Amino acid sequence: MSTKPYRLAEGGSRIDRSRKVTFSFDGKDISGFAGDTLASAVLASGQKLFGRSFKYHRPRGLVGLGSEEMNALIGIGVGSRHEPNLRATQIEIFNGLSAESQNRWPSLKYDVGAINSKFSRFLPAGFYYKTFMWPKSFWKHVYEPFIRKAAGLGKAPEGRDPDTYEHMHVHADVIIVGGGIAGLTAAEAAASTGTKVLLCDENPVLGGIADLTAGMIDGECVADHAATVAARLAALPNVHILTRTTVVGHFHHNYLMAFERVGDHDPAILASGAPKHRLWKIRADKVVVATGALERPIAFANNDRPNIMLASAVRGLIGRYGVTPGSKGVVFTNNDDAYLTAFALKKAGVTVRVVDSRARPDGALVKRAIAEGIDVNLGSVISAVEGTSGVTAVKIAAYRRGQGRVITEKRVDCDFIAMSGGWNPALHLWCHNGGKIEFDDSLQSFRPKSHTDNIVAVGAANGTMSVEATLVEAQALGKKAKKFIVQEPERGASESLWFAPATGKYNEGNKHFIDFQNDVTAADLELAQREGYESVEHTKRYTTFGMATDQGKTSNLNGLGVISEATGKTIPEIGVTTFRPPYTPYSFGAIAGSLTNDLFLPVRRTPIFQWHSDHGAVFEPVGQWRRAYTYPQASESKHEAINREILCVRNKVGLLDASTLGKIEIKGPDAAEFLDRIYTNTFSTLKVGKCRYGLMMNELGFLSDDGVTARLADDHFIMHTTSGGADRIGAWLEEWLQTEWTNYKVFVTPVTEQWAQFAVAGPRARDVLSKLGPDFDISNEAFPHMSFKQGHFGGYPVRVYRISFSGEMSFEVATPANFGQGLWNAIMEAGDEFGLSAYGTEALHVLRAEKGYIVVGDESDGTVTPVDVGMEGMVSKKKPDFIGKRSLEQSFLKGPNRKQLVGLLTEDPTDVLPDGAYAVAAVKNKPPMEMIGQVTSTYMSPTLGRSIAMALIQNGRSRMGEVISFPLEGGKVMKATITDTVFYDKEGGRIHA
Amino acid sequence: MLVVTCPVCNASGDETDFHYGGQAHVRRPATTDPVNITDEDQRDYLFIRHNPKGLHFERWRCDRGCGKWFHAARDTVTMEFKATYGITELPPAELIKEAKGPWADYFKKRLKEKA
Amino acid sequence: MKSKYSIFSLARNAKNYHKDWEKAWRSPAPKAEYDAVIVGGGGHGLATAYYLAKNHGLTNIAVVEKGWIGGGNTGRNTTIIRSNYLQDSSIAIYELARSLYEGLSQDLNYNMMFSPRGVLMLCQTEHEFRAFKRTAHANRLAGLDCRMVTPAEVKEIVPIINTDPNCRYPILGAYYQPRGGTGRHDAVAWGYARGADELGVDIIQNCEVTGILRDGGRVTGLSTTRGEIKTKKIGVVTAGNVSTIMDMAGVRMPIESLCLQALVSEPIKPVIDCVVMANTVHGYMSQSDKGELVIGGGTDPYNNYSQRGSFTALEHTVTALVETFPIISRLRMLRQWGGIVDMTGDRSPILSKTDIEGLYVNCGWGTGGFKAIPGSGFVFADTMANDRPHKIAEPFGLNRFAEGRLIDESVAAAVAH
Repeated sequence: MSTKPYRLAEGGSRIDRSRKVTFSFDGKDISGFAGDTLASAVLASGQKLFGRSFKYHRPRGLVGLGSEEMNALIGIGVGSRHEPNLRATQIEIFNGLSAESQNRWPSLKYDVGAINSKFSRFLPAGFYYKTFMWPKSFWKHVYEPFIRKAAGLGKAPEGRDPDTYEHMHVHADVIIVGGGIAGLTAAEAAASTGTKVLLCDENPVLGGIADLTAGMIDGECVADHAATVAARLAALPNVHILTRTTVVGHFHHNYLMAFERVGDHDPAILASGAPKHRLWKIRADKVVVATGALERPIAFANNDRPNIMLASAVRGLIGRYGVTPGSKGVVFTNNDDAYLTAFALKKAGVTVRVVDSRARPDGALVKRAIAEGIDVNLGSVISAVEGTSGVTAVKIAAYRRGQGRVITEKRVDCDFIAMSGGWNPALHLWCHNGGKIEFDDSLQSFRPKSHTDNIVAVGAANGTMSVEATLVEAQALGKKAKKFIVQEPERGASESLWFAPATGKYNEGNKHFIDFQNDVTAADLELAQREGYESVEHTKRYTTFGMATDQGKTSNLNGLGVISEATGKTIPEIGVTTFRPPYTPYSFGAIAGSLTNDLFLPVRRTPIFQWHSDHGAVFEPVGQWRRAYTYPQASESKHEAINREILCVRNKVGLLDASTLGKIEIKGPDAAEFLDRIYTNTFSTLKVGKCRYGLMMNELGFLSDDGVTARLADDHFIMHTTSGGADRIGAWLEEWLQTEWTNYKVFVTPVTEQWAQFAVAGPRARDVLSKLGPDFDISNEAFPHMSFKQGHFGGYPVRVYRISFSGEMSFEVATPANFGQGLWNAIMEAGDEFGLSAYGTEALHVLRAEKGYIVVGDESDGTVTPVDVGMEGMVSKKKPDFIGKRSLEQSFLKGPNRKQLVGLLTEDPTDVLPDGAYAVAAVKNKPPMEMIGQVTSTYMSPTLGRSIAMALIQNGRSRMGEVISFPLEGGKVMKATITDTVFYDKEGGRIHA
Repeated sequence: MLVVTCPVCNASGDETDFHYGGQAHVRRPATTDPVNITDEDQRDYLFIRHNPKGLHFERWRCDRGCGKWFHAARDTVTMEFKATYGITELPPAELIKEAKGPWADYFKKRLKEKA
Repeated sequence: MKSKYSIFSLARNAKNYHKDWEKAWRSPAPKAEYDAVIVGGGGHGLATAYYLAKNHGLTNIAVVEKGWIGGGNTGRNTTIIRSNYLQDSSIAIYELARSLYEGLSQDLNYNMMFSPRGVLMLCQTEHEFRAFKRTAHANRLAGLDCRMVTPAEVKEIVPIINTDPNCRYPILGAYYQPRGGTGRHDAVAWGYARGADELGVDIIQNCEVTGILRDGGRVTGLSTTRGEIKTKKIGVVTAGNVSTIMDMAGVRMPIESLCLQALVSEPIKPVIDCVVMANTVHGYMSQSDKGELVIGGGTDPYNNYSQRGSFTALEHTVTALVETFPIISRLRMLRQWGGIVDMTGDRSPILSKTDIEGLYVNCGWGTGGFKAIPGSGFVFADTMANDRPHKIAEPFGLNRFAEGRLIDESVAAAVAH
């Protein structure tokens, strides 16, 4: 033997022996060849141990060859590039790869957690439901922290992900899932009709397990035939092939997700700027499930020892990587297929023996094995395995079907086992969107039955195990089938073997593992039945069988077999658990795609956004917008800046970017009547050139939005909504027009983004605007409060609304968005001599609160009516119908004790009531206390030099002058007097200045 | 993700290009009779919903296409769209026949009114 | 009497390789008649049966379940338990439930692993911040142990959270209920089933109700796939399928059945020891004792009985959480699923008598029913036993929809100016 006893001298279709690749595993440098997986390279180095199981921390090695692997879970990369729980069988090695084993401490070889294995007798399925209950407080402080220490497999990365991800959207006439012989044939057949074909395969190389399949097609071996077809497909313009791409889920209306590992196998690809992963969102007319089949392990005592693998995995290791798990193997099977592994081993010079549970198998491969002189134990099982961190020997015992325990055993030395319990069609994708399946006795497994979507299964995924039948089935995707000459060995029947007996009963301390990763044994499944967790879903949840990261790919059917034998029910009677996406786990990064950081949710910006930024604005998110909250200057605090801005508006003049305000054009002969339906108050009486404040309710009678609407012409209005309500109200108007008042001739056009809009507010507002050269009269007489004009300010076309949300003389000036920054600059410049300053949203809020103006969403919360906020006068008594009118009549909305909007003045004017503080009927030493209402807006008013607040208080309007109490956190009680809501300029003279 | 086809502009798209608008054929009592509406009428209008397992009639809007509202008949189990039709129209006769439970009662009443 | 579960019984049974454990609940054939029948063997239904037997001495009762118990939303939710709601009536029922959860493992002698690890509700806009401050005041005066915490405290409680002040929705603070947490959902159903069974309740699985039998204005029984069952009291507790059952009695419901999805990651070593809810971006996350990140978000918009949701909703949720917890980007989604949630017009539940004598309904828990199970069962059992609403159930009656007396927990109607 060479220095690498596990690497065969020759062979290995996937590796390039001329290119050495060095990587580290648990800190140790290991070399393999280009094309190796981490699994093959580590195994070739002589290491069998890959990980520890979840519950008992039993030492575990490789089992599978690809995505079905459940034991060899590895973490790769370091720091923010760490990725846990990857399957060693799917990791392609590259120079510098850093890999580590998981769920062990301090090392894979010496793992403290393995103590659990010693106590396993006390830890049956669901043991935690029966204990850890006393004393009560111990769950939180003792038991759970202890259990959480043991939780998880790998560890999370540290810090933000430095790599990128992306989405691709694609339509396909046909998507073929799986590039094995079935998928390749189906793709070629479908492509021949001229349709657009997308072929996805999870492996780096097409062909599936053609290289592990016996037979000849038109004189070529199956693998060569597959390679020929793959090459032809690659040249076709209407076929798109994606490798390293797993179709992870099938959803309603033939929507599929495919997960492409773009750069995982080669850091150079990532370094070139490519994404790490790509998520393909595929809409297909037709889905072809050609996902092949998964080999079942066999449940025998200690079947989880390292170096006990699936027969196909052993065959693949030899054929693809020139690696053998050992020098003396036992193939344990209940079917013909595993004999191919025996032949491969023999050819590679490895000593091999076959243990076949069938007494009289008659397939061609069995006959060939016997003829070739391979030792075959028919009617036998492996009843025991010796060795802990590997296999040193097995015991072989005679077996008859249904036998509960074996009597005599024969010991045979060996260092690995290749097992095959038969093959299950990979039904996951078929079942994700509700495909029906049926049990097939000859397969001893489920196969597809029917589906309501346009989806078919072909080949092994459809339970069609022969090459010849697969070719026929797959060619049905095309118009005319080609006849292939296929030679393949005649298969003998397999016999079910749900678990292999040992000398003791399986539920007497033997560990026949069904779900390897989660350490669920046959005894656990039986215990669940005995305790009444009989539904297969109960069994799954009680024992956690099928819930590991492999989602039961290889274990499910064996579990059903054990349950069947324990209960006497047939497998179809027991049924299967739901197949849920994804087929294999895929990254959250891929799901989020490029929608992270700056692209997470696009920010809506007003035309003045950059100016705000340049002038030190602090922003706040308002809906999708960012609005300037305040503009601190030099050493100012936010609070100081806000106060300065407020006083500037009150005493001089301020400028607010109100572009986010919703603006909707409403035009048509029925526009006025339509608005009468929408608003609580009347708009048909509004004169052209005038503005009116309007309230909107939803149909429940609650305030939903407010704003000023101006009449531009008889049939033309422009409506303002709240910033947050713009899109909602626009859609709402459209809905009513289209679905309820369909006879109205009205167009509704949202124009929020088309206009930049600024409030110029303060006693010097007119002075500022005059300097801009208006081409219309802006005097108070010609342009009074609540009126509207359009014209020009210098070169700027403007619509000007004389409306106020601050209580000062105020003009809202709108100009087409692309003029916005120019006009803003012009106003700033014109305002300079009057002391004009920009003000932000917080100053706006204080200004409006000083005047007692409500904000829908602050003073109302979705349960508040116009009557509650004291706007009964704005609810028309005359109009026969408008939205929400009828609901106001419902008993609770008219009932007593409703909360009503009032103003509050704290006894101590320096006390500012906290946001949302509740008043109580009577202050008590401790809660609960009866609450009578809450603060809706609260500010320290720089104008008044004292605090002010608004609140919704039970029967508040009949309690004017009453002092109420707000018990605060920490025991302080603030007292406040109920007042009306207008704190400043009650007469309203300033607005009309 | 469903594929929806607008009967007005014939655009097909993902459900995210459309807006779901809840149950179809809910009649707003105030529109025709603002005075004589009982609390129960108003409750039925605002809250009571057909919620069948199977064939359902509902409203959608072609949000990123023509902007029009339309009706759809959809199976709430298989998600299959059986038909789409105009926002002021009743479903195709064969679907009215297929309707069960509260939907069957509703269409019976509507057809009687029409006749 | 069932043998008690304890460390000692485990040890005793270990001797015999656990061959002597008895069934957690029997599988009886339905009797011809019961004093009351609960339709629906989810958490709420089983809890109702348990409290009917335990608190009201009604033991000749049955729970009928069309599939397997706990197989609906009880076994599909993300197991968040909290009571920090805004409205008094909501606080009352959710706090009753939360406090019952605290002692439930001991009461049922079944460890349902109530884990008061704390629930953090992030404030990511000024508006949301104000809304939670208001809730905090209301909850404090109602006697709940809750408080506002600063971004620095948030970071301390959840080190992996993104507290970058320049991110799309920076964290301004959070509302924290330290005694909220999670529980083991299946165990709640199983524990109640075992407890009810011990008190004599028949739990009948694979028994689908096909009709509600009436004599004029009163119920007389049920027809089921396992025969007719006579009874004078029926409690319908079937969540997403409630409309279907109530249609059988001619009672129209203010309910729509939507799909809510959830997902888990592959198990990793613990990185988050509380529940984080980010309502502005629509996502929430905790980590199970197995190590899986448990993630949920919003519902699909349209009626859906398929228990399979749209990928869009899931993508939206995951995107929100990658933004909130950037380290999860390289972790992987292991499993996703959907449940049929029953949404009412005001998004609050219904615990109610009906116009038909002997017919009661408990539904409308929407996306948040798990946290309410013990409280819901407790007050609904009382309502059924005494044929009048329990005080805590009273606000949740069906009559509220005609009166306009809605219980709206979605505080914000619109975003501020």
